[in-house]
Amino acid sequence: MKFSHAIVEKNVVILALLTLITVSIGGLVQIVPLFSIETTIERVGGVRPYTPLEQMGRNIYIREGCYVCHSQQIRTFRDEVERYGPYSLAAESMYDHPFQWGSKRIGPDLARVGGKYSNDWQVAHLKDPRAVVPESIMPTYAFLASRPLSVPNIQDHLKTLRTVGVPYTDDMIANAAADLKAQANPDADTSGLLKRYPKAVVSKFNTESAELTEMDALVAYLQMLGTLVEFSKLQPEDLHQ
Amino acid sequence: MSVAVSGGVPITAARPASREAYVEDVVRAFTIATMFWGIAAFTVGVLIAFQLAFPALNFGLEWTSFGRVRPLHTSAAIFAFGGNALLGTSFFVVQRTCRAPLFGGALPAWFIFWGYQLFIVMAGTGYLMGITQGKEYAEPEWYVDLWLTIVWVAYLLVFAGTLIKRREPHIYVANWFYLAFIITIAMLHIVNNLAVPVSFTGTKSYGAFAGVQDAMIQWWYGHNAVGFFLTAGFLGMMYYFIPKAAGRPVYSYRLSIIHFWALIFLYIWAGPHHLHYTALPDWTQTLGMVFSIMLWMPSWGGMINGIMTLSGAWDKLRTDPSLRFTVTAVAFYGMSTFEGPVMSIKPVNALSHYTDWTIGHVHSGALGWVAFVTFGAVYYLVPVLWKRKGLWSQALVEWHFWTATLGIVLYITSMWVSGIMQGLMWRAYDDMGFLQYSFVETVAAMHPYYIIRGTGGILFLTGAIIMAYNLIRTVKSGQPLAEDRPAGLVAAE
Repeated sequence: MKFSHAIVEKNVVILALLTLITVSIGGLVQIVPLFSIETTIERVGGVRPYTPLEQMGRNIYIREGCYVCHSQQIRTFRDEVERYGPYSLAAESMYDHPFQWGSKRIGPDLARVGGKYSNDWQVAHLKDPRAVVPESIMPTYAFLASRPLSVPNIQDHLKTLRTVGVPYTDDMIANAAADLKAQANPDADTSGLLKRYPKAVVSKFNTESAELTEMDALVAYLQMLGTLVEFSKLQPEDLHQ
Repeated sequence: MSVAVSGGVPITAARPASREAYVEDVVRAFTIATMFWGIAAFTVGVLIAFQLAFPALNFGLEWTSFGRVRPLHTSAAIFAFGGNALLGTSFFVVQRTCRAPLFGGALPAWFIFWGYQLFIVMAGTGYLMGITQGKEYAEPEWYVDLWLTIVWVAYLLVFAGTLIKRREPHIYVANWFYLAFIITIAMLHIVNNLAVPVSFTGTKSYGAFAGVQDAMIQWWYGHNAVGFFLTAGFLGMMYYFIPKAAGRPVYSYRLSIIHFWALIFLYIWAGPHHLHYTALPDWTQTLGMVFSIMLWMPSWGGMINGIMTLSGAWDKLRTDPSLRFTVTAVAFYGMSTFEGPVMSIKPVNALSHYTDWTIGHVHSGALGWVAFVTFGAVYYLVPVLWKRKGLWSQALVEWHFWTATLGIVLYITSMWVSGIMQGLMWRAYDDMGFLQYSFVETVAAMHPYYIIRGTGGILFLTGAIIMAYNLIRTVKSGQPLAEDRPAGLVAAE
């Protein structure tokens, strides 16, 4: 029997089904194996879920559209590694809902900005970027320094993240509200926080307000970016995808 | 005499025309919404372009900062301007090429119109208040996504229902593209936006996917928002309005079959070229590159079919402003679908990625192709829908064409220069083997190009305002068609 395209042109159901099948194939081939091939995410140690304060800072980063101008993905080039640090691993964003790799560098990459500048510099820069970098074209975010961080349902945030796959433990969820405050309070007992979230940076990031502010959360997030993996301990085979 | 082809056979005027009136009010509403959102999108685009040149234009307010306004610009351009153009023209085209009024009549169509406008307003106001998923071109939060899903299913039902009750034996090629656009956008939208809300009374949700898989799914979505929203849908527009305006049948029926199936099959694979040299596994990147290069062929298949339809009717470019916009659009389509595969080649992408080159490429497609083909269609539609003899002023169309074209040229050339320069500066080494430029030096170097780009944007916006004025005068004071025939007869010709 000779095939005629007229059959497809005369039947809406056949046309729609063939279209759906045709457009499904590419996605299935490219997406499904990323979940099934175990080496897609490199087996490196150190990556942990975000602390409650870091996660809230990350939400502010998303709310303000920081990803519109800043990437968080260092590519495998000599100049990028020299400018920003070791190239980004898939493992480093495995708990990122959503990923924030970005697509444009109107400003510099932030994948490893953690620890590069002091807390005071970060606060001053966010309040008025041109006060510290005259050529900067970044908007000012002074309002973050005075706005209290209000997250009455922090436990619900962690529980939701656990639903979508972030391994928050019952202990982490039970202590979420206390951990949120403790990370910005150097006088607090932070031993539990640091046990739950190794390498968490504890500090009153925004020294201009006694309260816990949105600025504290955002700077806590920025200061941990790219700091979790110990690159000096990695072997090339650990990075095989 | 009619020139629309169906299965390669011209529809002749001798066929009995339907006495049932087409649903036209809603198409008029979509046309007005297209112009309204278009001017809004271009205005916001001009604002954010100048914010990069003069950061004081962020006004120190959270609601007007670049990070919140840029998604407003992209969504307004793609979903509000482009979306209204697609929905409106698809309703116009499907009724005429099927010679059947919309399935369900006017009421479902009005639900789709107002439902879609509500989606736009909810999404846009949300961005300004900081409500966003943080995924490019998929920023609306879970409740807006659910609402759009409802509207989109209604749209699919009305469109497919109209195809089913058609009075033509064949489904015309424009409708294949519109249908593929509707189906594929539904698939992409639902998968990429899977999320769990923190609370059903709050706006915040967390997406179902993380990290590298989220990146892949996002760009599978993101690139095919280009492929199916901004390409397949607008090709549907091209396949109706060029033959109509040129008075010629589509150049090659066979080519339209081949390039339709090839285009929709290949496009879906191209997403990973947004993730070259990242933590996405190499095999996926390479697949994305290879398919992006292959995509050049079906893209040019569409361009050839569009442009060659003018064979024997090239003189109409001088006299028909609608056709001039549409044909220039197809030329820009050809240019950006050549540039795209080039930029997807990994070593080229190493230079172009993260720079303004990408922004220039997107705008040669968005301004040159999407907006121009829409302008052409709207210039054609307004006299037909409002039953006028023609446009109020041909001279103003000339002005629109040349200001807009000059605007595009300024835009894309300045972005080529700034993008390539920035890419080269990032990787430049001095004699001592150190990186030659600090990042902020590359930012400062962009300044003049950001001003040129913004100027191009102003020209493009000016053209659209001229167009809106011309259209308003056409509706208000244009000469009405002599006889007031029933809509069904007029439309079916």
